[in-house]
Amino acid sequence: MAGSIDLKALLAESGVAEVLDELDRELVGLKPVKTRIREIASLLVVDKARAALGVEGAKPSLHMCFTGNPGTGKTTVAMRMATILHRLGHVRKGHLVAVTRDDLVGQYIGHTAPKTKEVLKRAMGGVLFIDEAYYLYRPENERDYGQEAIEILMQVMENQREDLVVIFAGYKSRMDTFFQSNPGLGSRVAHHIDFPDYTVDELEAIAGKMVAALGLTLSEPASRALAEYLRLRREQPNFANARSLRNALARARLRQARRLLEAGTVDAAMLTTIEAEDIRASRVFDAARAAATEENPC
Amino acid sequence: MSQTVKHPGASQRTTGNVAKRYQAGVLKYKEMGYWVPGYEPKDTDVIAVFRITPQEGVDPEEAAAAVAGESSTATWTVVWTDRLTACENYRAKAYQVQPVPGTEGQYFAWIAYELDLFEEGSIANLTASIIGNVFSFKPLKAARLEDMRFPVAYVKTFRGPPTGIVVERERLDKYGRPLLGATIKPKLGLSGKNYGRVVYEALLGGLDFTKDDENINSQPFMHWRDRFLFCMEAVQKAQAASGEVKGHYLNITAGTMEEMYKRAEFARDLGSCIVMVDLIVGWTAIQSISNWARDNDMILHMHRAGHGTYTRQKNHGVSFRVIAKWLRLAGVDHLHAGTAVGKLEGDPMTVQGYYNVCRDGYTKQDLARGIFFDQDWAGLRKVMPVASGGIHAGQMHQLLDLFGDDVVLQFGGGTIGHPMGIQAGATANRVALEAMVLARNEGRDIKSEGPEILAAAAKTCKPLEAALMTWKDVTFNYASTDTSDFVPTVSVA
Amino acid sequence: MRITQGTFSYLPDLTDEQIAKQVDYALSQDWAVSLEYTDDPHPRNVYWEMWGLPMFDLKDAAGVLAELREARKAHPDCYIKLNAFDSTRGFETMRLSFIVHRPKEEARYKLRREESAGRLVRYTLERA
Repeated sequence: MAGSIDLKALLAESGVAEVLDELDRELVGLKPVKTRIREIASLLVVDKARAALGVEGAKPSLHMCFTGNPGTGKTTVAMRMATILHRLGHVRKGHLVAVTRDDLVGQYIGHTAPKTKEVLKRAMGGVLFIDEAYYLYRPENERDYGQEAIEILMQVMENQREDLVVIFAGYKSRMDTFFQSNPGLGSRVAHHIDFPDYTVDELEAIAGKMVAALGLTLSEPASRALAEYLRLRREQPNFANARSLRNALARARLRQARRLLEAGTVDAAMLTTIEAEDIRASRVFDAARAAATEENPC
Repeated sequence: MSQTVKHPGASQRTTGNVAKRYQAGVLKYKEMGYWVPGYEPKDTDVIAVFRITPQEGVDPEEAAAAVAGESSTATWTVVWTDRLTACENYRAKAYQVQPVPGTEGQYFAWIAYELDLFEEGSIANLTASIIGNVFSFKPLKAARLEDMRFPVAYVKTFRGPPTGIVVERERLDKYGRPLLGATIKPKLGLSGKNYGRVVYEALLGGLDFTKDDENINSQPFMHWRDRFLFCMEAVQKAQAASGEVKGHYLNITAGTMEEMYKRAEFARDLGSCIVMVDLIVGWTAIQSISNWARDNDMILHMHRAGHGTYTRQKNHGVSFRVIAKWLRLAGVDHLHAGTAVGKLEGDPMTVQGYYNVCRDGYTKQDLARGIFFDQDWAGLRKVMPVASGGIHAGQMHQLLDLFGDDVVLQFGGGTIGHPMGIQAGATANRVALEAMVLARNEGRDIKSEGPEILAAAAKTCKPLEAALMTWKDVTFNYASTDTSDFVPTVSVA
Repeated sequence: MRITQGTFSYLPDLTDEQIAKQVDYALSQDWAVSLEYTDDPHPRNVYWEMWGLPMFDLKDAAGVLAELREARKAHPDCYIKLNAFDSTRGFETMRLSFIVHRPKEEARYKLRREESAGRLVRYTLERA
């Protein structure tokens, strides 16, 4: 048929399918996130097809908001998002500039505008990722310079949509409040994606990948210990999902190293294996240990 | 096809029985200690590679040893006075001989020289040693100095270019494109006033520089002061009209150094930013005028007049890459280094080799471009190469592709011979150049799209259109004589 | 007459799209782009006013173009040039520099000639 377009071919040609498959393969869990990203990618492919047929619509607003607890993969997904947007021609270069309030807001009068503009200029052609964006807004101080940064951001988000995409990120509830207080900004953010916490099973799968990347393995008892650790740690304050896991593994490696040095002579297997004791030495188990002791005093 | 040059592992030489070695009589050079196979040159050695053609029956190693001997301490017979010196130290050491690929009867000979053999900061002394005697030496049918490596310690005894590419550009406020020049034609016979007219028209039309030719000095038809006065009036007027810095290479070559200084000072007093001398003034004069140029913020343009007597024959003489290295040490800012596409000798790769010697901070061994050695230039300023001779606007894409931005492109005939006049000729060149740089920076493949880019630019520039029409079929396709021995030579159409 | 300083003065004034391509080229070489303006483009006037600092670490031309639009708005009667700076050892200088805005009426310069001994002339370039 004249004027028909093969959308699947268009997707393949853009190289976006690969990025989406990579996303599926390499990132554990995040089902709803992956679904949303696929939807956005599909939308863009369809837009592209429309444009190819000469149906010119307004350029979609692609500014986004990623909400979720720390360590749920927001930055990682933002980097993939930048690649997808680049492959579909929505940003020219496809790099990611990640910032927080301190990179945007100055210390004195006249300091904020140049700082914000500097960051915006660096992000042009790519994606600006603003982590914990709500810190830009401090209602308790009406002369806070954050407001100036918000205004400049808003202007660029509106007028230079073809030059960059902004992704705001942070805790869900605080992000909601932030947008309520800054409706101008909120109305310019078209896509909201919520990143759920990882389940223990998912965290275990992530641990497997992290350990493999370090060239290490977990012994069978160590795996069980880690699962137990994760269940305990999730219930404690300041749990940061994959980030907490990464830190836990880093500490386990330290303990392993100390243990190996004390042992004196080692072989290759010992060098590359994390044992249960490397994990169980964690303070996370202290409470459980204490409880056990109370029940069964000796 | 490339081939690497190896410096085989060091092996200690033995001198054998000392008393016997110094018995009166004639010894082979090889036996006198000038042939040290496997010698590993020290970082502080000066190294030369010669192409030698020994006479029939002469062993190439003996010939190499003879070159080493004659360019350092030896004479034809044994002298007992050697024994009053640390003579082993002063003997040059031929350490490697290889047949020239594909050329019967010729050999490359590598020779290392102790640093103490040379006076600091003197090309005259260097050349007196290296090319002083050996080229007329009977056991060789022919000899050619192909390349040299100078140790950093020696490089640092020279002051190098008085201005250099970076500072020249900053003075001229011209960046991102080759500079444009033209030699005034006819080169002999014009009166000062008429000569200055050509300068004015060419500069006003868009050139950065105009140039005296090598043999314009102070002849009956135009005394040097007239030339300087009229040319500088032209330069100053063109600067005022365009707001751009412009220059005319005033040739200050003269019969004596005193006279050269006098002319240089007059050029300075008239506000010239550049003067020129010919290679034939000699190394000492070049180094002296280079010092003067340093003291007077003057760019020093070198016209390589006479170099062909050294450089052209492939089996005898001195390669231009060596002359270029000496000139960089001696201290010139501009150096004619060939065009590859114009009327004068030189295949593209070999010519690129000369350009690299002028412009690199560190030159890597590159046999396909005729470069035998790594050369650390130790921060010595860079020489701006000049491409001049039979080139025109229609070759702009080839020139830019071959030589990049740091080059002066000189279109003498291509400017002055323009059918619509000199200004139009200059404008055609400038527009062609800027259009090509713009296109290259935009990522277009100028090598293949060049003619289209020029044609598009000509649509809004009549003078360029006329230039392209006039010279569209002009190329100079003759086989080059000075080509690399390590690769098949490609010639540019 | 037109002031013909800069890399592209003999071409028709570059469009913003063309300027963006040159900026992208400069960025691809890791050169830092900056803007400068003046109302006196005398060839010896080396130091034009800086429009902000050189823009380091950019990936895309859009940021430069935004600054250029603002600079034009603020100084419509000036010359504005765009420079690309290379910090590589052995260069450490501008690698590209071209005019991106001109005043409606171009600056004009004239020669002042001070005659002295013989036919020697001392030249000075002055604003006409």
